Amino acid sequence: MRSLFRYNKDYYGGALMILIGLAAAYVGKSYPLGTLARMGPGFFPTAVGVILAAIGLAIALSAGSGTGESAAHPAFDWRAWGAIIGGTLAFIVVGDYGGLVPATFAIVFISALGDKENTLKQALWLSLGMVVIAIVVFWWALQLQFNLFRWG
Amino acid sequence: MIEQSLLGLWYGFGVAFEPHNLMWSLFGVLVGNLIGVLPGMGPLSAISILLPLTFGMHPVPAILMLAGIFYGSQYGGAIGAILLNLPCHPPHAVTCLDGYPLTKQGKGGKALGLAMLASFFAASFGILVMIFFSPLLVAVAFKFGPSEIFSVMLLGLLAGSTMSRGSPLKGVAMVLVGLLCGVVGTDVNSGMMRFTFGVPELADGVSLVAIALGLFAVGDFLLNVNRAVYTTHGAGVRVRDMLPTWAELKHAFMPTLRGTLIGTLFGAMPGTGPTITTFLAYAFERKVSKTPERFGHGAMEGVVSPEAASHSKTQVDFIPTMCLGIPGDPIMALILGALMIQGIAPGPQLITEHPDLFWGLIASFWVGNVLLLMLNVPLIGIWTKVLQVPYRYLFPSAMFFIAVGVFSTNNSLFEIGEVLAFGAFGAVFAALNFPMAPILLGFVLGPMVEENFRRALLLSRGSMLVFIQHPISAAFVGASALLIVVQTVSYFRGTRGKLGVLQAT
Repeated sequence: MRSLFRYNKDYYGGALMILIGLAAAYVGKSYPLGTLARMGPGFFPTAVGVILAAIGLAIALSAGSGTGESAAHPAFDWRAWGAIIGGTLAFIVVGDYGGLVPATFAIVFISALGDKENTLKQALWLSLGMVVIAIVVFWWALQLQFNLFRWG
Repeated sequence: MIEQSLLGLWYGFGVAFEPHNLMWSLFGVLVGNLIGVLPGMGPLSAISILLPLTFGMHPVPAILMLAGIFYGSQYGGAIGAILLNLPCHPPHAVTCLDGYPLTKQGKGGKALGLAMLASFFAASFGILVMIFFSPLLVAVAFKFGPSEIFSVMLLGLLAGSTMSRGSPLKGVAMVLVGLLCGVVGTDVNSGMMRFTFGVPELADGVSLVAIALGLFAVGDFLLNVNRAVYTTHGAGVRVRDMLPTWAELKHAFMPTLRGTLIGTLFGAMPGTGPTITTFLAYAFERKVSKTPERFGHGAMEGVVSPEAASHSKTQVDFIPTMCLGIPGDPIMALILGALMIQGIAPGPQLITEHPDLFWGLIASFWVGNVLLLMLNVPLIGIWTKVLQVPYRYLFPSAMFFIAVGVFSTNNSLFEIGEVLAFGAFGAVFAALNFPMAPILLGFVLGPMVEENFRRALLLSRGSMLVFIQHPISAAFVGASALLIVVQTVSYFRGTRGKLGVLQAT
């Protein structure tokens, strides 16, 4: 498997930290900063953001030595990411419009498809099993405030 | 002071033995044990998943249950490590080194039995330390003002992020990210909304459950699905195999004691992770052994000493968490967060204000550890079966439990989205070799750090010198500075060493 990262990973990591730090500092500055003796709500996040950006810079700079770690990372797994993220989003949307039973089925079924060894049939049985648990344990026994079915 | 502790303990046993509390404690250790045995699930994911359940409970049973989950899952982790060579949880990685060879030699049951006894011994020792050390620490902690609290938190954050494995800089970066996550929500001093971007659900801040589950469960799944290679052949263990002989007990006693002391020492130091503790215990045991060549091929000492170290550390870790309100590692941060959700602020007042909680917790450690010892013997057959549940069935089911669990905390679907966001972020960070645990540490401590920093400077009228003018605070600041220097020096030495190797090859 080829690595997803072309350069040393620490360049990307450092850049990400600089980005997060500067973004936090930028947003933080939009709140009143105040003085050292009477700090406003913007002081702390701005300070933390600036320090984070500085550390990100240090991470990127110290990456030069190139330990070759980056080569060991396997390719990005689109299938797993797509299934887990898609399944969870499906739970949120279906849960809002359809109720607990279809939402449970959706999250388990879609996530299960993320593993390339799971067949459709196995995913189906697993999801049905979890639907039963959802009804018996969460809806009936724990009295979860979540309608089994909801229309519209 | 000692009589007071003993009286408190007596009272605590009364609390722990109340049927209601006992039941939740039993439930905690049982479920914790089960989740700890499951491949890929450690105490952090176990506590995160069950955290929503505690919100409707009285604080005492809630905390007893969470503590039970914690040490229950630790016991569970040892089972996978010894029998199947699966380090379900990083601290147990070192247990695999000698535990699995022992299983291959047919001594797996014995290794498990001895590891459990060693853990029990170590936990008991840790509890004793906790009983007698906590009141002393509390006496000191009452002298703490905002500047002292800030400095000790600074030390805790620095130690927690740099002493674990990996690059110290990245650990610090993750703590800062955690601090920023903690800022989200309404500012307590001015009532201003910060980093909410107009989303009303964020006014109360990011939910602790969402952040913990996102980072430690969903993030893990994203990285491990289709990757995790787990052996599925289990070794059957009978109860009879687990009972050690007298000679074996005698042989294992000294390593257990050494492991216990190492764990106690490191538990008292903030920020030293459990993984580093177990590795040190293993390395030390190999150094003092007369036959170091047996290590890695099934040396019983290499199993009992790290297990003992991890359990005594676990208990001692509760001291700063309960008495100062400063968690030593992410698991403690999670338990601290759970307490704060219950409206209880851990700190020096905890023992006097909530004696039922404090002493009940300590007593329940003992009760819980005895329960575990009794449970593990008959249930060992079931655990070995559970160990063989394939990951591909496990993670979709876990996704459902996570979604429902998070929903149940506030009946809010929005928080499930938070879990997803933190899961994706966590996986990206982990893929870039950043440690995830410090985020949680920063998140839990963030609001307190800011609050005390602001208060200290308000009292000193903006003079930063206040942190080094107060002697206790100065000591912590000095320790933090020392830590940075030591880390920098060892880091540069490390890279130079590596470069040397590179040039040599």
